[in-house]
Amino acid sequence: MKNTNLEIAFTHIITRKRQTLVAALGVLVGVGIYLFMNSLSAGFSDFSRDEIFKNSAHIKIFKDDQISVPFYQSKDKNELAIINNPQILAENKTLLNPSVLLKNVLNEPYITNAVMQVDFSAFYNKGTAQVKGTSNGVDILAYSDMYNTAKYMVAGSINDLPGNLNGIIIGSGIASKLSLGLNDNLVVSSSLGITKTMKIVGIFKTGSSTSDNQRSFVNIATAQQFLKQNPSYVSTVFANTPDPDKSKDFAKRLQQITAYKVEDWTVTNADLVAGDKTRSTMMGAISLSILLVASFGIYNILSATISQKINDIAILKAIGFTGGDVIKIFVVEALIMGIIGTIAGLIFGGILIFIMQNVYMGGPVGYFPITFEPQIFATSAVLGILITLCAGYFPAKKAANVDPVSIFRK
Amino acid sequence: MKEKNIILQANNIEKYFYDPVKFQVLRRLSFTSYQGEFLTLVGKSGSGKSTLLYCLSTMDTDYSGEIFIDGVKTNNLKSDQLANLRNHSIGFVFQFHYLLPEFSCLKNVMIPAMKLGKYNLKEIEERAYQKLEILGLKDQALKPASKLSGGQQQRVSIARALINDPKIIMCDEPTGNLDTKNTQIVFDIFKQLTQQGNQTIIAVTHDVDFAKRSDRTIELTDGEITATTKNFEVLL
Repeated sequence: MKNTNLEIAFTHIITRKRQTLVAALGVLVGVGIYLFMNSLSAGFSDFSRDEIFKNSAHIKIFKDDQISVPFYQSKDKNELAIINNPQILAENKTLLNPSVLLKNVLNEPYITNAVMQVDFSAFYNKGTAQVKGTSNGVDILAYSDMYNTAKYMVAGSINDLPGNLNGIIIGSGIASKLSLGLNDNLVVSSSLGITKTMKIVGIFKTGSSTSDNQRSFVNIATAQQFLKQNPSYVSTVFANTPDPDKSKDFAKRLQQITAYKVEDWTVTNADLVAGDKTRSTMMGAISLSILLVASFGIYNILSATISQKINDIAILKAIGFTGGDVIKIFVVEALIMGIIGTIAGLIFGGILIFIMQNVYMGGPVGYFPITFEPQIFATSAVLGILITLCAGYFPAKKAANVDPVSIFRK
Repeated sequence: MKEKNIILQANNIEKYFYDPVKFQVLRRLSFTSYQGEFLTLVGKSGSGKSTLLYCLSTMDTDYSGEIFIDGVKTNNLKSDQLANLRNHSIGFVFQFHYLLPEFSCLKNVMIPAMKLGKYNLKEIEERAYQKLEILGLKDQALKPASKLSGGQQQRVSIARALINDPKIIMCDEPTGNLDTKNTQIVFDIFKQLTQQGNQTIIAVTHDVDFAKRSDRTIELTDGEITATTKNFEVLL
C-alpha cells in the first residue's frame, strides 16, 4: 500500500527535523539564488531591449542597395568576359508611393504602429558654434505613439510641431551645448547645403546621450526640403508589432506584401541581441551550478540517513517491502525536503528581488530594472523539485539494493 | 492426531560462498516441514544452519535446488513476487529485534499488515492490539519501540511477525539476546502458536534446551543434515 510508504517517509522526516531543515536550507539557497539571478538577467534584458525600442522599431522597411550586374555575361569559358566593376547603384533611395505602402502595412493585423521617416544629417548652428547630428522628418504624433516621445519632453509639446514647417524639436544635449531654450531660433543646415532658420518648439531628454546630443525632429516636408527631394520622398517605413520576440516571423509575413527590404530589429541590433544571449547564458549557467551544489546537500543527507537506517531498510525488505517501495520512501523524503526548500527559496528569491528593486543604480537606468516574473518563478520551482528528485533517487536506489541477509547475518 | 500438511519443502539445496575462497556451505540438503510443526535447526557455528534459513526465507536466492513454500515453487519468482510472498506467508524473528525506532510498538506491529492491505486501518489496529495482548504487551502499545526493554522489544518483533497470520515463522536465534525468563516466555508463545494456530515455526538456535523442547530438531554439520530428532510425537 502506498500510504504505508508515505507514512514511513513522513515519520522519518518528522523525527529528523534538523537534517530535513539543513537539506531544505541548501535547496532554499539554490532555488533563491537561481530565481534571483535569472530575474536580474531577465530584468536587465527587458531594460536594454526597451532601450533599443526607444529609438528603433521592431521592423524597418527600406530600399536596399543593389549591386550592379554586367550587361552581358560570358556564357562559357571560350567567350571573353566583359570586365566590369560591380558596385551599388546610385539609385534614388526613395520608396515608391510610400503612403500606400504605409497604409498596407498598417492594414496587416499584426502591426500595431507604423510611421514613415525621412532622415538627414543635420548641422545645428548658433553663431560660429556647430553641433553635428541627425534630424528625423516624421509625423511626430504617430511617431510618439510608437516611441513614447511625448513622455521624454522636458520643454514645449510635440503638438506644436505638426503643420509648423519651421518648427523643430531638439535633444536636451544640443540645447545646452548651444545654450538654447524654447522658442529660440536655431540655424539648421544639411549636407546638401540647405540652410534654414528653425524655431524650437520642444526639447526632449531620453537619458541616452547619443540621442540627446544629436537628434532632432522636424516635419517630413521640412526634411524633404533639406534633402532637396520631392514631397513624395520617403526613405524608410518603421513598424511595431505586439510582440518583439515574434518580429522575425512578422517581418517574413510583411515581406510578402512589399518588394522593399523588410528587416526586423534582431538583424539591425544583432550585436545587442548576441550580447544579451551571452549574458543570460552566463547567468543561467552560474545559477544552475549553485542549484546543483545545493542538490548535493540532499544527496549527502539522504545517503547518511540511509546508512544509519540500513537495519530498518533490511527489516522492511524482509517483511515484504519491495525495492520499489524503498525507493518511494526515500524519494518522498527527498521530495518533502525539496518542496520545503523550494517554497522557502521562492520566498527568499522574492525578497532579494524586492530589495533589488529599491536599489538605485543611477544614470538612465534609475532603480534596478528587475521584476517579479511568474515564468521565472515557475522555472525555479520546477528545477528545484526536479533536482531534488534526482538527488534523492540515487541514494534511494542504493537503499533499494540493500541485501537484507547481509545485515541480519552481521 | 494432526494431518500431515507439507508447508515447506527443500530439495537438494546447494550453496557456495565465494569470498574469500570458494567454499560449499550447503551440500544437497533436502527436508520437509509440516503445518503446525515447531522445527529447530541446530549445529555448530559455520555448519550452514543460518545460511539454510535465509535460503528458505527467500531473501537469499543465490543457491541451487528447489524450495516450495505452501506448494509454490519460489525459484522462479521475481524479487517483487518474493517480497509479496514474504509479506503474507512468512513472519521473521531475529536475534536483534529490528524494530523501527521512530514508530510506536503498535505501528511497528501494524506495518506489515498495512503493506499487505488486506484489512482497513481500523481492523489492522485491532488485530495489532490482539497480537500484542497475546504477547502481554497491550499496555506498552503506544510507547516508542526504543523505550522498551530488550525482552519486550523482542516480543513486539514477534507480534510483528504474527500480524499477517503467516503460515511459517522463521527465527534466527530468537532467544539469543534474552534472559532465561524471557526465553521461557518466547518459547511458550511459539509452542502455543504451533498447537493452536497451526502455524509452522522454523528456528535456528544454538540453545540446546530450547531445541530439545521443540517438536523436531535437524542438526547440521558442515552443510549436511547429520541427525533428525523427533522430540515429541505431535506429528504422526
